[in-house]
Amino acid sequence: MNAISAPADAFASALDTVPKLLLQNARQHGSRPAFREKAYGIWQTWTWAQTKDEIEAFAVGLKLLGVTAGETIAIIGDNRPHLYWAFCAAQSLGAIPVPVYQDSVAEEMAYVLTHAEVKYAVVENQEQADKVLSIAGDIGTIRKIIYNDPRGLQKYDPSGLVSLESVQDAGRTALKADPAVRKAWLDGIAAGKGSDISVMLYTSGTTGRPKGVMLTQENVVVSGRNANLFDHFTPDDTMVAYLPMAWVGDHIFSYGQAFAGALCVSCPESPDTIIEDRREIGPTYFFAPPRVFENMLTQIMVRMEDAGWLKKKLFDYFLKVARRVGEPILDGRPVSFGDRLRYRIGDILVYGPLRNRMGFSNLRVAYTAGEAIGPELFSFFRSLGMNLKQLYGQTEASVFITLQPNGEVYPETVGKPGPDIQIKIAENGEVLFKSPGVFLRYYKNDEATAETKTADGWVHTGDAGFIDQRGHLRIIDRAKDVGRLNNGTLFAPKYIENRLKFYPEIKEVVAIGHGRDFVTVMINIDLTSVGNWAERNNVIYASYQELAAHPDVYAMIERRIDELNKSLATEEMVAGSQIRRFLILHKELDADDGELTRTLKVRRSFISERYAPLLSALYDGTTRCQIKTEVTFEDGRKGVIEGDVKIVDMKTYPPVKAAVREAAE
Amino acid sequence: MKADVQERPETASAGHVVADRVIGDVVLAVDNVSLAFGGVKAITDVSFDIRKGEIRAIIGPNGAGKTSMLNVINGFYHPNQGTITFKGKKRSQMRPYIAASQGISRTFQNLALFKGMSTLDNIMAGRALKMRRGLLWQALHWGPALAEEIRHREAVEKIIDFLEIQHIRKAPVGKLPYGLQKRVELGRALAMEPELLLLDEPMAGMNLEEKKDMSRYILTVNDQFGTTVALIEHDMGVVMDISDRVVVLEYGRKIADGTPDEVQRDQRVIDAYLGISH
Repeated sequence: MNAISAPADAFASALDTVPKLLLQNARQHGSRPAFREKAYGIWQTWTWAQTKDEIEAFAVGLKLLGVTAGETIAIIGDNRPHLYWAFCAAQSLGAIPVPVYQDSVAEEMAYVLTHAEVKYAVVENQEQADKVLSIAGDIGTIRKIIYNDPRGLQKYDPSGLVSLESVQDAGRTALKADPAVRKAWLDGIAAGKGSDISVMLYTSGTTGRPKGVMLTQENVVVSGRNANLFDHFTPDDTMVAYLPMAWVGDHIFSYGQAFAGALCVSCPESPDTIIEDRREIGPTYFFAPPRVFENMLTQIMVRMEDAGWLKKKLFDYFLKVARRVGEPILDGRPVSFGDRLRYRIGDILVYGPLRNRMGFSNLRVAYTAGEAIGPELFSFFRSLGMNLKQLYGQTEASVFITLQPNGEVYPETVGKPGPDIQIKIAENGEVLFKSPGVFLRYYKNDEATAETKTADGWVHTGDAGFIDQRGHLRIIDRAKDVGRLNNGTLFAPKYIENRLKFYPEIKEVVAIGHGRDFVTVMINIDLTSVGNWAERNNVIYASYQELAAHPDVYAMIERRIDELNKSLATEEMVAGSQIRRFLILHKELDADDGELTRTLKVRRSFISERYAPLLSALYDGTTRCQIKTEVTFEDGRKGVIEGDVKIVDMKTYPPVKAAVREAAE
Repeated sequence: MKADVQERPETASAGHVVADRVIGDVVLAVDNVSLAFGGVKAITDVSFDIRKGEIRAIIGPNGAGKTSMLNVINGFYHPNQGTITFKGKKRSQMRPYIAASQGISRTFQNLALFKGMSTLDNIMAGRALKMRRGLLWQALHWGPALAEEIRHREAVEKIIDFLEIQHIRKAPVGKLPYGLQKRVELGRALAMEPELLLLDEPMAGMNLEEKKDMSRYILTVNDQFGTTVALIEHDMGVVMDISDRVVVLEYGRKIADGTPDEVQRDQRVIDAYLGISH
């Protein structure tokens, strides 16, 4: 076992809870923007002083409603300032906020709300209120639902529902009437401790039921503060909060880091306007899972396909320049004068406008995590001058385990341990860590807690990886997913999937091979990209299914896999896992059908059960397979998709002994 | 999603001032209207009324004269016989300008949007009748004209927010999918702040989810702003769910008129429409 520890940051402070940070920010940065939200097309801003007033009124109102310390409050909705305030208001009373994924259907919600014994629910709008109302009877513990947007809710039975505004109004009235109310609130905050439970985050659960991860105030505050130190964030930095509030990433970035560093958080107008809103805000700090970057790249490539001749030529030329010298320039390595000049011109003509288009003109730091990012994809954004870095983390760590420091960014690694964080590798290759962000325990699940957290404080990540010569951590796959083919060859499904997903035509891949004779893949085409291709080539289609089964689409995917096989043949470790057969799925993998998690990761075991006939067809040599699949529509109704799926055999290549080994740079 | 009129609770919640859902007096009455194009009789001696605050559906098989009826109501067609009484004033024919300025707005079966213009501009067009400043002022775009535009822009933004179309605010409508275009058209009709809203097949060509959304918008408009709605629709589920009264036309004649329940039980309606599969 080799352990690495980062230098400890001796930051002893009385500011050990988020509500205390709020008061501090209101004092120190009172007139600086804290939250922004677009209303009726115009950005509205709340300063830290105003934010404090809003939260104060909200908290006092909640107390009047009967909220007491230790009670759980569900928070459900898209990113809204009022919902972020709900976290802080609840915490200032010692209550525990439980954010819930806003796009989960009522039954999924019921599990979390029941398990957490939620007493109150703060919801964004009618949609969420309807869901909670429909399950409130079964849950039985909910006393009141507090809604932010009153539209459509005015005529509901007022006994169970109250508007957030009226809660705040009640709070304001009480504050005005009696100065002791404010004092009681401030005393409550002063009495808060770093060891108090701050939030309960339910993991999306790639396997089994979601688990409630309990984080302490210290977990969130110290993780946020350390991350701010690591990247030198100041109150001038700003970000757009658009990822689910129930996800630990958003909670730490848009809440922990924002409060710890007095950063400004902007909430988009609606989930559909994020790109426009990001352009208008121009965040300096941005986080996105690889999927979002993939979509951006696909969008750019699709648009360039439609661009004029000159634009296309310029784009192609300067992209080539960027690919060669962009990253060295970003990392401050020596580059010849001519290349610098070329890159400068490219910056004016191509890279700058591209960054502006994506809303990254002011970007200082961008992170990606959640899944391994394709190296080509990663380098593409970096070569445009964006300081995109990877981090590795999980809910149980309050996000951060390792991060890539500026100037030490290697696409295939996830960086070095963050401040105060130690990591080590177990004998079976699993990564373990110890940090100030280590969660307290799983709610009402001591068995799982004991499995994950050792007696001396190390936490099992469930990921397999190793530490390279530079001290950087490399993650191969989930520890339990790394398998072997029957002939003993190592098979890391994620690796193959990620390589294929870099192609804009391919949206999702499921690679199969563990305990089999050879590797096969099931593919989802990307409807945006392939649809655009179809339009340009006069391919007529009525549905995803029809397009996916089109012979030309098959031919296109076949070419891609062939490219990959050729490339895999040159890589010693994976040459044996070249793809022998593939098929294109007749439907898009969907979280509503349980095929993806809510954070849109593939649920492999579920898929292999659900598509068992396709799986056996992949291995029994047949070239066609009839399949019938039940699907769930967005409104919860069920239907059946039936289809005939073609299976294609691929050519494999003998392993090439790699003469040049310079994988990294 | 609350698509059942009967179930809508009548009590207003504490702390909110909302228009109570009351069905009032007759706001528009059509009496013995007949309309012929040459020898083709589109409408023959049809009478019915629309009461303030209700959702009134006009149904019937293809070619029954439903759209012609709407066109008569807002003055696009002039009937050969009969009268139209709107807000107590009896007319032998309506004129579109009068209809619009008196508070009747409509959407069209086959969409009549300005395709090259943005969503915002299309809805803004619905405010045209409410603009008081002349062309010169508008061109100057200064002082009172600017203040007026800001006021109207705010009203438009509220509609955009209501219809949840923020993401297409600046998109040219010609490029939008059909369901969204329908929504923009509803937005333009709403921008007139109508008393009577005429909807010609608002849900044609929509998928289930879009229909649900559209039903929700119609119900909310009716419920919260007290707007009277007259709609033509082919989806019987929707019609029976959201409307208060239904008038049934067949070959230009009225064959039934009543609540959804009454109409559904009417043997002539069953024969003419509901019972026979096309």
